[in-house]
Amino acid sequence: MTTAAIETQANYLNAGYGLKSWLLTKDHKRIAILYLILVTIFFSIGGIFAALIRVELLTPQGDLVSSETYNKLFTMHGIAMIFFFLIPAIPATLGNFVLPMMIGARDLAFPRINLLSWYLLVVGGGFALFAMLAGGVDTGWTFYTPYSTTYSNTWVIATALGIFVSGFSSILTGLNFIVTIHRMRAPGMTWFRMPLFVWAHYATSVIQVLGTPVVAVTIVLVFCERVFHIGIFDPALGGDPVLFQHMFWFYSHPAVYIMVLPAMGVVSEIISTFSRKPIFGYHFVAYSSMAIAVLGFLVWGHHLFVSTQSVYAGLVFSFLSYFVAVPSAVKVFNWTATLYKGSISFATPMLYAFGFIGLFTIGGLTGLFVASLGFDVHVTDTYFVVAHFHYVMVGGTIMAFLGGLHFWWPKITGRMYPENWAKLSAAIIFVGFNLTFFPQFILGYLGMPRRYHVYPEEFQVLHVLSTAGASILAFGYLFPMIYFMWSLWYGERAPANPWGATGLEWTVPSPPPIHNFDEVPVVTHEAYDYSTVVKEGVEVV
Amino acid sequence: MSEHVHAPVETLALREQFNTAEQQKESVTFGMWIFLITEVMFFGGLFLAYTVYRSTYPVVFGVASTSLNAVIGALNTAVLLCSSFTMVLAVRSAQLGRRRALVLFLILTLLLGMAFLGVKAYEWNEKFVEHHVPGAGFHFEGAAEQGPAQLFFSLYFAMTGLHALHMVVGAGILCWLLYHAVRGRFTAEYMTPVDVAGLYWHFVDIIWIFLFPLLYLIDRHMR
Repeated sequence: MTTAAIETQANYLNAGYGLKSWLLTKDHKRIAILYLILVTIFFSIGGIFAALIRVELLTPQGDLVSSETYNKLFTMHGIAMIFFFLIPAIPATLGNFVLPMMIGARDLAFPRINLLSWYLLVVGGGFALFAMLAGGVDTGWTFYTPYSTTYSNTWVIATALGIFVSGFSSILTGLNFIVTIHRMRAPGMTWFRMPLFVWAHYATSVIQVLGTPVVAVTIVLVFCERVFHIGIFDPALGGDPVLFQHMFWFYSHPAVYIMVLPAMGVVSEIISTFSRKPIFGYHFVAYSSMAIAVLGFLVWGHHLFVSTQSVYAGLVFSFLSYFVAVPSAVKVFNWTATLYKGSISFATPMLYAFGFIGLFTIGGLTGLFVASLGFDVHVTDTYFVVAHFHYVMVGGTIMAFLGGLHFWWPKITGRMYPENWAKLSAAIIFVGFNLTFFPQFILGYLGMPRRYHVYPEEFQVLHVLSTAGASILAFGYLFPMIYFMWSLWYGERAPANPWGATGLEWTVPSPPPIHNFDEVPVVTHEAYDYSTVVKEGVEVV
Repeated sequence: MSEHVHAPVETLALREQFNTAEQQKESVTFGMWIFLITEVMFFGGLFLAYTVYRSTYPVVFGVASTSLNAVIGALNTAVLLCSSFTMVLAVRSAQLGRRRALVLFLILTLLLGMAFLGVKAYEWNEKFVEHHVPGAGFHFEGAAEQGPAQLFFSLYFAMTGLHALHMVVGAGILCWLLYHAVRGRFTAEYMTPVDVAGLYWHFVDIIWIFLFPLLYLIDRHMR
């Protein structure tokens, strides 16, 4: 294929150039790019807050910002990162782009609802951003009552409204995916021929649809309590603040799986492609996604071990939390078994996938530590917990998000990214991440509480290490932003299937045509059947 | 696509992402069922709060509950059930392609829904008059513990308020249906919007069927 021939091809990118052709698009591929821009903005905002937190923690005195400002910084870091980056990141960008193509559909079942859900995230993000600029919010991203309902003098209502609205964005995305996966599969695309990425997104969507409405109504009650003073959680009236914690974590623990299940789907695709082998135990990996989605709803009480929750409830929640490690471990073992005797190439997406497996394993195993009642009492609200969930969310989700972005970048943009720069930044991110968060395990174990900016001097060495790591990490994240933009103009033209991967999305040109497939594909083989692919174009080192 | 006799432009009955009208109908109906599941979870949070506080303060909740006017509540339940019946008739008329009957039953459903909201507004007004609205002016003469009594009325207003909000949204949907029904957009082949709007309307009805006994009836025997 010559360059000129590619250029003249009609695709979703050259179908229209005006602003209107983007803002009113119903094309899932364009909406995915709208989402990518939006979540990158919120990732940057959350990153700025993180940078300020880390700079403040360089010294034990708490001399950069006041305690009140520090409370706002970690609150807004959490809100920006969790609700406006981690939750939509993989499903709404990569999922939106490739999921319909993977099952051979022209679009999602409800393209207009898909666009609506993007606008809901814009509106929700607008409220949150307004709250941040107007003076911030200081309740912690968890909004625990009665502080959030009665005492805080910051922008709780605007932020809560933002999260409420963006919740509907998440619900509608999940609804759209479920209906699409049930009803839009191409002929021959049976449930057990679907790529594991699709299974992971199915499980994610189930959580989004069942969990998000509960946090929505919880936020409504907090809102009513603040505005109308009706007092559902108010202890002065005999209400129970712990009920808020139960309702909040009923969503917010499964929300962790909204963040990490799609990441696992990405890793399954990458591991299979770059070892040129079908995923070992395909059925187990598919079912393990569903098992995580179901079990994820039964473990929320492990966030309440030191609340007034009864010790018997604590025992049950502790046991169930151990149980959720089983399907997670199934995935890790099966990826490892897939590598065995595979024809492995160390392309950038694969480096991120390896990074994911290592860091997620550490994050998951320390999850078992904090799921045990006795140990958790020791480390509750310390940096140990902070390090644990950053290993899962940053080490897991963001590694996979970046891996997936590199993996599908040729398909999305029709351009290759610069491989050597990409490998370098993957290495920088891995080093920077571990240097940032590993010291925090030790800090937490030694007793450094989270959410404080003044600390005893003996903790300073570890805090300085962590801040140094964060600086390296920041550079690691800046590189891809720069070379991805660069590649849009100067990157090598991407062939249809640069990696020799198996999914249906690789059977169409890069970038794909407006309706993905000129005729509805008929699927005749299992997922990850490498005998059907011919690798073309770029040689992977 | 070439099998279709009609022009290949996108129509309401067949959006471009679907291969057949049947696939579209199935998808839309399935989508509405999923949405109703999210609604169950949404109201579920409120039912949970009600259950927890009712079991914590059974006596105060019993007394506060009996202060509600069960006769008016029952009357309103009847109004709502009738609206569900007329909604079923509207769906059936759409299935049979009877446009005038569809318009008539949609109007009847809308009127009954409005009647329900009117009665609800009257009841809320009574609460204002009796100082049973949570807040600084709250006073419930029937119980020594004012706090839990206020919790009951907080839940009463949150639950009936959110239900009423869903009724208002439902009324909006009915107006939209009516607009298209008058213009003859729905045929026996294409009536999915009427069908899924019916699902939504019945769902809101069913929520009330749970709210009514929980809030009004459950402690009547204690009088």
